[in-house]
Amino acid sequence: MIQWLNDAKLHDSMKKLFPILGVLTAILLIYALYQALVVAPTEQTMGDVQRIFYYHVPSAWTAFILLLVNFGASVFYLVTRRSTADIVALVGAEVGVVFLTVNLVTGPIWARPVWGIWWTWDMRLTSTLVLWLIYVSYLFLRRFSSSGETPLLAAALAVLGALCVPFVYFSIWFFRTQHPQPVLGGGGSIDPRMLHVLLINWLAFSCFAFLVCWSRYRLEKLQREVDAAHAMESLLEPRESVR
Amino acid sequence: MSAPAAVTRVTLLKDLRLEWRSKDAINSMLFFSLLVVVVFSFSFDPSAEESRQIAGGLIWVAFLFAAVVALNQTWAREIRNQVLDAYRVSPAPSNSLFIAKTLGNFIFVTVLEALMTPLFIVFYRLRSIGPVWQLLLVVMVGTWALVVNGTFFAAMSLRTRSREIMLPLLLFPTSIPALLAMVQATTSILSGESAHFWIVLLVTYDLVFTTVCLLLFETVLNAE
Repeated sequence: MIQWLNDAKLHDSMKKLFPILGVLTAILLIYALYQALVVAPTEQTMGDVQRIFYYHVPSAWTAFILLLVNFGASVFYLVTRRSTADIVALVGAEVGVVFLTVNLVTGPIWARPVWGIWWTWDMRLTSTLVLWLIYVSYLFLRRFSSSGETPLLAAALAVLGALCVPFVYFSIWFFRTQHPQPVLGGGGSIDPRMLHVLLINWLAFSCFAFLVCWSRYRLEKLQREVDAAHAMESLLEPRESVR
Repeated sequence: MSAPAAVTRVTLLKDLRLEWRSKDAINSMLFFSLLVVVVFSFSFDPSAEESRQIAGGLIWVAFLFAAVVALNQTWAREIRNQVLDAYRVSPAPSNSLFIAKTLGNFIFVTVLEALMTPLFIVFYRLRSIGPVWQLLLVVMVGTWALVVNGTFFAAMSLRTRSREIMLPLLLFPTSIPALLAMVQATTSILSGESAHFWIVLLVTYDLVFTTVCLLLFETVLNAE
């Protein structure tokens, strides 16, 4: 798998493939938007405002998958120390945090007109916020640590953060069972037509996320090669200015 | 005594002895704790009944701040005279260093808490309806949760820019479930309710994170 990712011939074919996939994803996104805004049935109580649901939920699901990728890649890195795994972990966390931010921002935008409040500390919102905080702290560690140690430290933090997630959900669940608060979004079953539109949007988001991750992966790989080349250059250069 | 345990004991005693002789950290921490309690008293001036509801949260936030300030200087001494590098090069097991540091921090933070608690009781006119031994258990288990993660993240933030701010940045998000459990357990016991679930959660959290930190500490210490 790692060999496959590093193969030069594959990169050339990827370069040709990327614009095609980009156009396809754009079409899929437009189709999904059309489905969400026009085709999906209007919700009974909430009206058209409910349509933000088709952006809110898929972004959360995409984020969860990406953060899971981050966990897997971090564990893989700790075991094998392959730099590819480190780059995958970084990409998973970055893009995952972006999608999670979309989720956290669309949530209040939806909540305000429908329920009259921007935020409530119910189980879902609180646990999503804590998840976001954990992975933003991961990104801070990546930014602030010196480049030699970053992969190892970040991988260790990713493992700790991922292990924390069940505790987060469990503790907040019990807390809200003891002190119930109004739950935004409600539970209950979903109309199959709405589910259909939801899944289309999720597919579109996943394709988009894949393309973003791919280009971010390439970018990071190139950046590291450039940095390594610069480091090598300054090592080999005769030091004239130093007496 | 086995070699790792001996190393742990020696390192722990060294830290305690150094601190006892200089007393600079403990004095500044004591005063800081008093300041925190007083500032909180100005912010919240509750009746006796309300104070039981919010005291749990206030106390733990105060303990958290005190712990962060204590943890920030936990590794500083090791860096100053390249003690940490010497330790890495020596055949001493790094887990022993981690346990020794964590125990030292635990003792340190517990002393601070022991000094802050009477102040809280006095300033907030606190009286516990539930059994006090349960409160002590919650304090022990909760402090360990903060300290084990804090020592690990302090070791991590050694290699970062803005070392002092990195520790709380890393510690707070991961500690949120433990903090919730500590606060809820304290509030429940003070109000005479059952804190069983929260104590079990805290103990599980402690076990899981102590194990993981022990497993990963060698990696973090030797990260290059």
